[in-house]
Amino acid sequence: MTVTVRVNGEETPLDDGATVADLVAALGLEPRGIAVAVAGEVVTRRTWGERRLVAGEVVEVLQVAQGG
Amino acid sequence: MDDPLVIAGEEFGSRLILGTGGAPHLDELERALVASGTELTTVALRRVDPRAPGSLFDLLARTGIRPLPNTAGCYTARDAVRTAQLGREALETHWVKLEVVADERTLLPDPVELLDAAEQLVDDGFVVLAYTNDDPVLARRLEDAGVAAVMPLGAPIGSGMGIRNPYNLAIIREAAGVPVVLDAGIGTASDAALAMELGCDAVLLATAVTRARNPVQMATAMRHAVEAGRLARLAGRIPRRLYAEASTSNEGLAEL
Repeated sequence: MTVTVRVNGEETPLDDGATVADLVAALGLEPRGIAVAVAGEVVTRRTWGERRLVAGEVVEVLQVAQGG
Repeated sequence: MDDPLVIAGEEFGSRLILGTGGAPHLDELERALVASGTELTTVALRRVDPRAPGSLFDLLARTGIRPLPNTAGCYTARDAVRTAQLGREALETHWVKLEVVADERTLLPDPVELLDAAEQLVDDGFVVLAYTNDDPVLARRLEDAGVAAVMPLGAPIGSGMGIRNPYNLAIIREAAGVPVVLDAGIGTASDAALAMELGCDAVLLATAVTRARNPVQMATAMRHAVEAGRLARLAGRIPRRLYAEASTSNEGLAEL
């Protein structure tokens, strides 16, 4: 079973029951320097492993970028 | 000279805050940051880009320069608060450069949304450095809301127009009980020196360095300009006079 969530604007299939931590790993990202919001709310790092993603949810995965 | 910049109880040896925005190459950005002597640098939060060449995060770790996440691109208090929270997560800092702009053309701060966001973030435990208009009343309202520094613009972001209203800046400086950081509008070294001469505690700039023909050279110029302006402010400038005042005495002048 897979669910599809919208990650940074792109439909992304994930295993059913996948958490934010699973998503970050699936994207091949080092967790440091990363921040995640689901449905417009910030998911704190220590809860990444608990927060399960459900079908259709909007996820933003952000990193440090250049800015003034 | 031991004259640190103090924001929210933390000391910085440099009064120049150099942002990372606008640099075409990370290696040149790193050299410019080092040349500027800055100890605090602004960064943004954006969607992860697996194709991005090099890592800004690694650059910060390597140079030891403290990152100050911004809320650039936010038009509402709601978005700015969310973005600040994301910056706190990503960089493990509760400091934020709060920026809530009104429109894309001017990028001028939206006073209503800005003050709302500042109040929410202070309540949430953030150390807020607020990018604001050169408006003494708004600066006072932000200070009342509990921001750690007010950062009035000299001119619109990226315009390089320098300091368009030095008198308002002087009023802001006179009234403020928190550090005043001139943020935005700096085009060249003399603009940064003027900001410091007017009494600003620090200068924040990015474009003037990152988009200069030679960013490392301009970063060095800015470092000296900020130091020179600060020294001149402390030394106390002479009053302006319409007419001359001889510096050479007429006493003992020969009769010829």
